[in-house]
Amino acid sequence: MGTKRKKMGKEATYLAITIPIVALFFLFNTLPLIQGVIYSFTNFKGYGDFDWVGLRNYMDLFTDGRVGKSYWFTFRLALVSTVVTNVISLLLAMGLNSKIKFKNTLRGMYFIPNVLGSLVVGYIFSYIFTYILPAFTKLLGGEGTSILSSTSWAWVAIMIVCAWQAIAMNTIIYISGLQTVPQEVYEAGSIDGVSGWGRFKYLTFPLILPFFSINMVLCMKNFLMVFDQIMAMTKGGPAQSTESISYLIYNNGMSGGQFGFQSANAVLFFVVIVVISVMQMSFTNKREEQL
Amino acid sequence: MNQNMQMNEELKKSVLEKVRKKAAREVNWPVTVLLILGLSTILFPLYMTIVIAFKQPSEMTNSISGILSLPKSWSLANFREAMEVTDFWNSLFNSLLITVLTVLLSIVLHSLLGYVVGRSKAKKKGYKLIYFYIVSGMFVPFAILMMPLVKQTAALQLDNMLGVILLYTVFYMPMNVLLYSGYLTNIPIALEEAAFVDGATTWTTYWKVIFPIMKPMHATVAILTALGTWNDVMTPLVIMSGSKNTLPLAQLSFQTQFGANYNLAFASYLLALLPIILFYLICQKQILSGVVNGAVK
Repeated sequence: MGTKRKKMGKEATYLAITIPIVALFFLFNTLPLIQGVIYSFTNFKGYGDFDWVGLRNYMDLFTDGRVGKSYWFTFRLALVSTVVTNVISLLLAMGLNSKIKFKNTLRGMYFIPNVLGSLVVGYIFSYIFTYILPAFTKLLGGEGTSILSSTSWAWVAIMIVCAWQAIAMNTIIYISGLQTVPQEVYEAGSIDGVSGWGRFKYLTFPLILPFFSINMVLCMKNFLMVFDQIMAMTKGGPAQSTESISYLIYNNGMSGGQFGFQSANAVLFFVVIVVISVMQMSFTNKREEQL
Repeated sequence: MNQNMQMNEELKKSVLEKVRKKAAREVNWPVTVLLILGLSTILFPLYMTIVIAFKQPSEMTNSISGILSLPKSWSLANFREAMEVTDFWNSLFNSLLITVLTVLLSIVLHSLLGYVVGRSKAKKKGYKLIYFYIVSGMFVPFAILMMPLVKQTAALQLDNMLGVILLYTVFYMPMNVLLYSGYLTNIPIALEEAAFVDGATTWTTYWKVIFPIMKPMHATVAILTALGTWNDVMTPLVIMSGSKNTLPLAQLSFQTQFGANYNLAFASYLLALLPIILFYLICQKQILSGVVNGAVK
């Protein structure tokens, strides 16, 4: 025992690892979060002086037409996209999990949209909606206008692009769910005469419920935070009909002189996301316990 | 009575056998065909991108056939021009640098914290609290952090690539710590104790024993983090505010310079998509299993 230098104990090592990493997390996550909450009580423009305004920003949020519109757009988009995405990806997953030729190739191809950047995907689809689709509808006797320029239909274009990418991800998750269902379950079912819809409703779906809940949570969260697609396709237009909450906060908060007001909007958005996530999780937990 | 039951049993068995054989033998051709037809929804946008990228503006007549027909010649001129306009190599380098460093930092820091928290959170309240504190960061949308972070990174002189890398390391921490500490429950503690008895410190035990065992989780974390950072637009957009471009950000920054020249724009889009498509084709298996692991755990 030549050297007396004591080895660093387990507890000390753990602390030496934890403290700097948690400090980094605090610095770039918790601190800006706290600042955001503080700014939400001010009329800060993003520069210069500001005053405390108490809860006025929050009250204004509920009367501001543009904010209301963005919540309506974002929630409608998130709900419809979630339903469309999950229905299509469940069907796709069942197809890709059945006895088909070229199984691996097909699975691989159907996943491609998920690895592509959503901004560039948005640009490509924007061209399709502006030039290709109207040309088709014109051939069929339609007017040949782009749905991106329609205040009542532009959100559908965004929804399609969001779903196009999300389906790839959800399908892969559903496939891995379907693979956990043992073949014997179907065999037993087919002897008992369960087939078609009944087979799906009573055998498949209950067994892949955990995967269904993962997909619901993933979808809702991602769609509520939609940004890239808006940036690429509509920039919130026409007439602010496709302004998502994130886009509005970015646009008006960063360069519109509404730093304080949009901070309040962001705090509200944060609360909404937490409430929805907690609700979804407790709902699916209950369903899983029942089974 | 007994015989009856036996017969019943046998009948059941033979039916089962038949069902099994039938299922094993038959390829479901209608579904195969449907799935191949369905691929057009994925391949059409990609096909359109490729043909437009190779065409000259003069070939783009105002009909669908003009847009979607094959180009007269497969000239690379559009790509050359797009590379110049968007400063392609610089953007590619920035994207690569940010992604690679973020992935490396994430693997090192998140696995360390995941390990410490995973091993301690059952026994120690403090670590349990830290675990929930970090993981709950998953619910914080970037929208609320965005504006304060712009001020904060500017004040710290981190409104550059280093800042973006540090931010990503923080943003992916909740998910990755959750993944690592979850994976750790499968690793028996006896392994570390054996190394510890042999006189190794906690630190060397971690790097020599635990870190290598967590390799499958490193792959998952690397893939999820890489896909997210590579394609992200919002963070570099607000933090670097145009001083440096990443590959997706360059498409946004130079959108006005493409003007009505869609051939040039699509050549640039194709260039921006190419690295990740190549990466996917090479590592498809790892990417698919990584994504599933990450989501399901």
